[in-house]
Amino acid sequence: MPDESPSITADQVQHLANLARIALTPAEIEHLAVELGSIVESVRKVTEVATPDVPATSHPIPLTNIFRADVVGDTLTNEQALSGAPEAFDGRFRVSAILGEEQ
Amino acid sequence: MRYSISLGLALGCSIAESSRFARKNYFYPDLAKNYQISQYDEPIAFEGEVEVELDDGTLVRIPIERAHMEEDAGKLTHVGGATGRIQGAEYSLVDYNRAGVPLVEIVTKPIFGAEHRAPELARAYVGTIRDIVRSLGVSDARMERGNLRCDANVSLRPRGQEKLGTRTETKNVNSLRSVERAVRYEIQRQAAILAGGGTIIQETRHWHEDTGTTSAGRPKSDADDYRYFPEPDLLPVVPSKELIAELRAALPESPAVFRRRLQTEYGFTDGEFRDILNANLLVEMEQTVAAGAAPAQARKWWLGEILRIANARGVEAGTLISPFHVSELIALVESGRLTDRLGRQVLEGVVAGEGSPDEVVKARGLAVVSDDAALLAAIDEALASQPDVLAKIRDGKVQAAGAVIGAVMKAMRGQADAARVRELVLERAQG
Repeated sequence: MPDESPSITADQVQHLANLARIALTPAEIEHLAVELGSIVESVRKVTEVATPDVPATSHPIPLTNIFRADVVGDTLTNEQALSGAPEAFDGRFRVSAILGEEQ
Repeated sequence: MRYSISLGLALGCSIAESSRFARKNYFYPDLAKNYQISQYDEPIAFEGEVEVELDDGTLVRIPIERAHMEEDAGKLTHVGGATGRIQGAEYSLVDYNRAGVPLVEIVTKPIFGAEHRAPELARAYVGTIRDIVRSLGVSDARMERGNLRCDANVSLRPRGQEKLGTRTETKNVNSLRSVERAVRYEIQRQAAILAGGGTIIQETRHWHEDTGTTSAGRPKSDADDYRYFPEPDLLPVVPSKELIAELRAALPESPAVFRRRLQTEYGFTDGEFRDILNANLLVEMEQTVAAGAAPAQARKWWLGEILRIANARGVEAGTLISPFHVSELIALVESGRLTDRLGRQVLEGVVAGEGSPDEVVKARGLAVVSDDAALLAAIDEALASQPDVLAKIRDGKVQAAGAVIGAVMKAMRGQADAARVRELVLERAQG
């Protein structure tokens, strides 16, 4: 693991942690910045072998148009869906007030 | 997939040779798995154009940027507080029934130069999208039910300036009328800020139907923060040329062509036809006529009694009754089984959810009494109780029959055909 100055900054780790809703201590941020930097470095190595004429792929096997049958199947009843919820009201999950904005 | 390609074609879009899905990552309770399956860099349809007609018949071409598929999120209801808004809510209810249901998001390019008609154009555009979606059978496209939603983007710039101003995106716009109102409000709000030397913040805003205003929501996130990446569980979609050709061949005529054809077929004047368009009842009209009703009758019922009930309840007329039932109702009136007045009562029953017009007629016992024996018994009784009227009729004063007809109609509780009663009264009086 390289221990020179990381390619990922502490601010970036903090920002990622916020997006992932994870609370990190300063020590953890420092530790993760180094680790993430190391991962980024490793991934960067791929660009050394993948020349621009190699198209990016999102799947290892080049399959396309794989669909499941469009048929109606059994679904959970309203009661079943809510059976594990700590609180339910009027057929819906009841949760503490949502303060954030919709995305 | 087929629906989204059909919709793309109806919007004049190119269909992607290869299209894929992406994960849009965010934490919010409207999606339980913390990411939304969407399309990011390879939407199914892109670069189209749709023709929109303004209220006075002006045609405007709206350029379409893209149409992509994604999954819907759950529906949140904020309870408590005075207004049902997020602020001040005591708790929230989450309904995941629509989460994961596929939807298509259609994005226009910026539309320039509509100036004072921009609010009207926005409404007309959403109305056109609704008509297209409905004509394709993709959705009922009821805005009040959230089948069709609109995020209205507004930005202002000084005349002659090339660069667009900072835009806001207004959500929670639940009717065509609200689209127009929300865009107008946002134009005025931004104009006031800019005129006062202020700057517009790029943000999502929420439309409030009750106050006719928008309020600030969250600042627009950086797209990078969603950390889009190709959805590993879904494979790319590569629509075949044959599939696209098949779907293209099956496209219904465009709403603009559809309008022009119907106006010619129905033989309505521009004014008569515009009333239907303005009431958003063209599709209902078309289906009612297709089910067998005469255009003039269909127009009379939809724009008359049905629209009246709809307006009184503040809902869209099309939600009250199906075109098929309207056609059935018209047939009952035309056949003489119902008078107009009874027809309105039957309509009331259908709207109240009592069943089809035929079922309402049976359940409420509303049919016109066409049994001559029952009518004759009532007529004889009325004539016997008004001998002076009988004498007048026999003297040739036919108009005197009105009193007897009235008495018979009353005895029949209105469920008789007045013309037939009159015929029988005169016949009986001569008797």
